[in-house]
Amino acid sequence: MIPSAARRFLRPSGLVPALGLLALGLLAPSAEAQKAAKLDVPITWLDQERPNRLPPLSLVEPLLDDEGVQGARLAIKDNQTTGRFLGQDFRLVERVVPADGDLGATFDAALKAGERLFVTGVDADALMRLAPRAEAAGALLLDAFTQDDDLRTDRCSPAVFHTSLSRAMKADALAQYLVWKTWRRWFLIVGSHPEDALLAAAYRRAATKFGALIVEERTYEDTGGARRTETGHVQVQRQIPVFTQDAPAYDVIVAADEADVFGEYLPYNTWDPRPVTGSVGLVPSAWSRVHEQWGGTQIQRRFERLVGRPMTDRDYNAWTAVRAIGEAATRTGTNEPKKLHDYMVGDAFALGAFKGEALTFRKWNQQIRQPILLVTPRMLVSVSPQEGFLHQRTPLDTLGFDLPESRCSLNP
Amino acid sequence: MRRAIPLTLAFALAAGTAEASEIFVSNEKGNSITIVDGDTLTVKETVDVGNRPRGIALSPDGRFLYICASDDDTIQVMDTGTRKILHTLPSGPDPELLDLSPDGKLVYAANEDDNMVTVVDTGQRVMISEIPVGVEPEGMGVSHDGKTLVNTSETTNMAHFIDTDTYEITDNVLVDQRPRFAEFTSDDAEVWVSAEIGGSVSVIDNETRAITHKITFEIPGIAGEAIQPVGIRITKDRKYAFIALGPANRVAVVDAQTYEVQDYLLVGQRVWQLAFNPDETMIYSTNGVSNDISAIDVENLKVVKSVGVGRFPWGVAVKG
Repeated sequence: MIPSAARRFLRPSGLVPALGLLALGLLAPSAEAQKAAKLDVPITWLDQERPNRLPPLSLVEPLLDDEGVQGARLAIKDNQTTGRFLGQDFRLVERVVPADGDLGATFDAALKAGERLFVTGVDADALMRLAPRAEAAGALLLDAFTQDDDLRTDRCSPAVFHTSLSRAMKADALAQYLVWKTWRRWFLIVGSHPEDALLAAAYRRAATKFGALIVEERTYEDTGGARRTETGHVQVQRQIPVFTQDAPAYDVIVAADEADVFGEYLPYNTWDPRPVTGSVGLVPSAWSRVHEQWGGTQIQRRFERLVGRPMTDRDYNAWTAVRAIGEAATRTGTNEPKKLHDYMVGDAFALGAFKGEALTFRKWNQQIRQPILLVTPRMLVSVSPQEGFLHQRTPLDTLGFDLPESRCSLNP
Repeated sequence: MRRAIPLTLAFALAAGTAEASEIFVSNEKGNSITIVDGDTLTVKETVDVGNRPRGIALSPDGRFLYICASDDDTIQVMDTGTRKILHTLPSGPDPELLDLSPDGKLVYAANEDDNMVTVVDTGQRVMISEIPVGVEPEGMGVSHDGKTLVNTSETTNMAHFIDTDTYEITDNVLVDQRPRFAEFTSDDAEVWVSAEIGGSVSVIDNETRAITHKITFEIPGIAGEAIQPVGIRITKDRKYAFIALGPANRVAVVDAQTYEVQDYLLVGQRVWQLAFNPDETMIYSTNGVSNDISAIDVENLKVVKSVGVGRFPWGVAVKG
């Protein structure tokens, strides 16, 4: 049944000569030739376990150890469904290195085994250590985890694509909405971890970019301790009002709490009755269970059937990475990393990913462009870019660092 | 009152038909079907139906309206005379769009949730086949000779050509991102497939199953991303094709001989689907976000009236 389905696939067309030629190469009338045309497209999920993780501050949230890989698994299934009509065989190789293991050695072993297409869940420094080796080996790393802006502005590599969103992209998405609401006076509360500082920098930049004003900024020190405390709320109820007392007049709190230390304590505990946004309350996010528009219902259901829990941001990033490779392989009829790379940064690439418009890659830093959801735990509030924020290329480029602000100049 | 003239004209045109047509509109969020009088363009009745009604289609004799009640995982059958739901058909999960065989004996439904096209015998009310297709099947178009069924899959980005004798896929044609709708020309020579995210309509030769033309759209002042083709209807004489452009809030008028875009007609917000009246003097668009339908005079290519219906109008079918 499948061979008959694939038999007449992709006839040459005057409109897409390149595709037509590829199709000619792929397809032949005889059964033997069909078998020969079978294209193997292995994609590797590469990740490293993280040691000593605390449970989330909100104990409602589960501590997940399979974020990312589950999105990759679903995307492989989606790729396979398409692939069976084309004689393309997608499969996922999973390589998860223990916390104290050697990521580099695992990567080398994967290269040695012939793997060239990687979707990664590792942090920025680990990723950039792999990048030169990937370049040398002609491999691609699709980063589905990092949020670091310097990877998009300074530390770029032709071997590295980003399907995760940078902090600046998310901060801009929230900032546009707050400005649209005319909630321009922000009270920024920053955690004491390095990643909180990076996120706060993104919010300061977003405020300047879109004309908001940070009227007050305070740091919430992480003094450590357990997440579960008997009658812990008694202290929180006393501490947070005092902590937020005597701020100049402001419209909204923006919490930069990537380390998940204090954000959840803010709503309803602040001295002034003000909405909380940023890391809690109204949160900018690539994906959320609350999103069901633009066909989102279907992928939410597919994911939950497969995994038994809702799809997260990181799962979605991995899904888009694996689907981006799948889309490029489908359209070009190849598994060669160089050709897939060129297609993905080219004008023809477009990925449908339940955001109401196509996802594409920024040529200069290979960052995926996409609309960003603004969500509360139970409802979609809005989607940025907001109406009226214009850009000469695409409104999506109002989110994050733009070409002139980046020192990266890949694919000129 | 500049609108008075075309309005009168529209009524005069409509009055020329033998009897008043009725426009059936499914309201996705309203869980209802609104019935609009084709002559007066006023709402006659609103009937509650199942959850999240989307694709609808009439039986060839106009007696039955088939309704995809997506969130009820069923197809409801309404008696168009009494407006009563007579029974349901086993559709498979989450039916979104459907089409009927020319004799009305079979319903072909796309099940977005399980990558299947379901074939249902409308008389026996049994599922007679399930055909595995690509990820998120949506658009369904049956050729006028009944021999070929085209299904589009939104994440696989293909038009699947299915032989209705064997229920086997014979051809797969890769089109642009998120194909939503498939429409055969009246002579079955071509199938037009819209790609919502790709922003294009692919014209596929039904003989060679190759793309022969790709229609794209440009509207001054409208971002390219907002031009999202969904519903397509082509006049029997192949003079015009009408293409709903989603959040661009316009219906494109295309010369169906030369594939040139002739005009963009401003309708309501987020225009989804289209349907002609029986003599093709009027075409109606469902405008999801503005909760209305637009009535377009085909001869003069003018939008003559907007009619408020239920919440998030989605599908539309016209009974003669």
